[in-house]
Amino acid sequence: MNSSIMANTLNVEQIRKEFPILKTEANSYPLVYLDNAATSQKPKVVINAVSNYYKEYNSNVHRAAHFLSDKATVAYENARVTIKEFINAEDAREINFVRGTTEGINLVAYSFGAAFVKPGDEIIISNIEHHSNIVPWQMLCERCDAVLKVIPVSENGEMDLSAFEQLLSDKTKLVAVQHISNALGIIHPIERIIELAHRKNAYVFIDGAQASPHIPIDVRELDCDFYAFSSHKMFGPTGIGILYGKASILEKLPPYQGGGEMIKEVTLEKTTYNDLPYKFEAGTPNIAGAVGLEAAIKFITELGHKEIMKYEHDLLLYATKELMEIEGLKIIGNATSKVPVISFIVKDIHAYDIGVLLDKQGIAVRTGHHCCQPLMNRFQIEGTCRASFAFYNTMHEVDMLKSSLQQAINILRG
Amino acid sequence: MNGVIQDIIEEFELFEDQMDKYSHIVDMGKSLPVLEDRYKTEDYVVKGCQSKVWLHAYESDGKVVYEADSNTAITKGIVAMLVRVLSNRIPDEILAEDMQFIETIGLRSHLSSQRSNGLNSMIREMKLFAKAIKQKNEVNS
Ligand SMILES: Cc1ncc(COP(=O)(O)O)c(C=O)c1O
Repeated sequence: MNSSIMANTLNVEQIRKEFPILKTEANSYPLVYLDNAATSQKPKVVINAVSNYYKEYNSNVHRAAHFLSDKATVAYENARVTIKEFINAEDAREINFVRGTTEGINLVAYSFGAAFVKPGDEIIISNIEHHSNIVPWQMLCERCDAVLKVIPVSENGEMDLSAFEQLLSDKTKLVAVQHISNALGIIHPIERIIELAHRKNAYVFIDGAQASPHIPIDVRELDCDFYAFSSHKMFGPTGIGILYGKASILEKLPPYQGGGEMIKEVTLEKTTYNDLPYKFEAGTPNIAGAVGLEAAIKFITELGHKEIMKYEHDLLLYATKELMEIEGLKIIGNATSKVPVISFIVKDIHAYDIGVLLDKQGIAVRTGHHCCQPLMNRFQIEGTCRASFAFYNTMHEVDMLKSSLQQAINILRG
Repeated sequence: MNGVIQDIIEEFELFEDQMDKYSHIVDMGKSLPVLEDRYKTEDYVVKGCQSKVWLHAYESDGKVVYEADSNTAITKGIVAMLVRVLSNRIPDEILAEDMQFIETIGLRSHLSSQRSNGLNSMIREMKLFAKAIKQKNEVNS
């Protein structure tokens, strides 16, 4: 291996020690975890934050004036502030705790739809979206008699911006697109998309599920109206995520779910709703999840986005170069701007067979349509094999992927 | 024990390594006779498999003959092995076959839960064919 590839400031061997699960043996081989786009592994600081919450201050938030409840409430609200700073939001009221990206999207589709979308209005998505950024909008269009428009995607997986400009019209109410593709790893030019949409007075929702583990997010600089992401994909616990929305817009939206916490006053005749962000947080929230996510964010911030991006870029270049040497292998989505995700097919071999034989050698990848059936249809393929990396993956693991893949292909070609 | 099953168990005993076992499974798939395209339709798809598996059976001299195919090499190998074991036997024998050999060769413990369910679906479907042929024969006799 070229030694210059290793020239970076992340101490990956040290980082790996923070992730207990990476020591696992899978099918008698050392685990090589390359399914990070599906979910990431958790460092000890996250595991400890969740466990300490239950050991030391488990209590309901915002409800009682006792010692523990106060501690839990402070921790929960501090987490909100950490997240606000992480994405550079203006105000912690703009940070809504939700179950994950999926719930964030459904919340906007429901509440924004109820407040803003009329029959004949148009919603724009793209051909490369995850099913969770397609189906809620289809449901909204059905409910409100609105029309769904789709930005086409080029041969290398990039959104066609001139086609997007053509789609935008005075009827466009909302543009909902992803920041980074889960299926192909492509980073989309959302700055430009947001600017173009705003020129037409359309609102913009960004699905940031694949961005938050890899790149810094600045919602004020982006000027997006909504932004959602999932904790579990960024080294935090499962079952919690964030929906950011500009306060001025969130204030105009009706609540998504009814229950405790989201109310100001309830009589049997009428209820007045609580202020932001509680209006959108009905019921007891995932308090352990919030403090775990906060720990994950601090972990990422300490490593440094610059260092992470540099290392992940080197990983991507190395893995791309190595895998391209395999005969018959084709990478889907060869855009220049990518996070370390490689989605590939091998001539005459089903992705599923490769997935099974890699698994037998301890290598975890994902095979299939990656919740992006419309994208697979666009490329006229059934699915791909996807190796998705995180900063704890090593160049050596790329070598193992390559040799195990070659062995799988040898068996399948026979 | 049925001779074919005995053969299969001995074949798998030759391989220590999991990858070699899978290589053998893939090879079995390659020797599976071609299934005519007219059977590769939704009607013949075995439900409950992650990969596509098409299965068709007919009777010949009181015995059930199976034909199958799959869109993935490993599943094709697995269904080929089932065809080797169950094809050309009388319905009663097929219905009584406990398929214990799958545990013996160590395949079951290496299948993911989804694949294991898929394997069960294939066996169930094959037995259903045998049952249908048996019932048809009973009605006719
Ligand atoms: C781009 C994208 N959007 C949305 C989602 C849904 O995220 P979650 O399942 O965490 O709600 C995912 C997860 O795979 C994703 O990759």
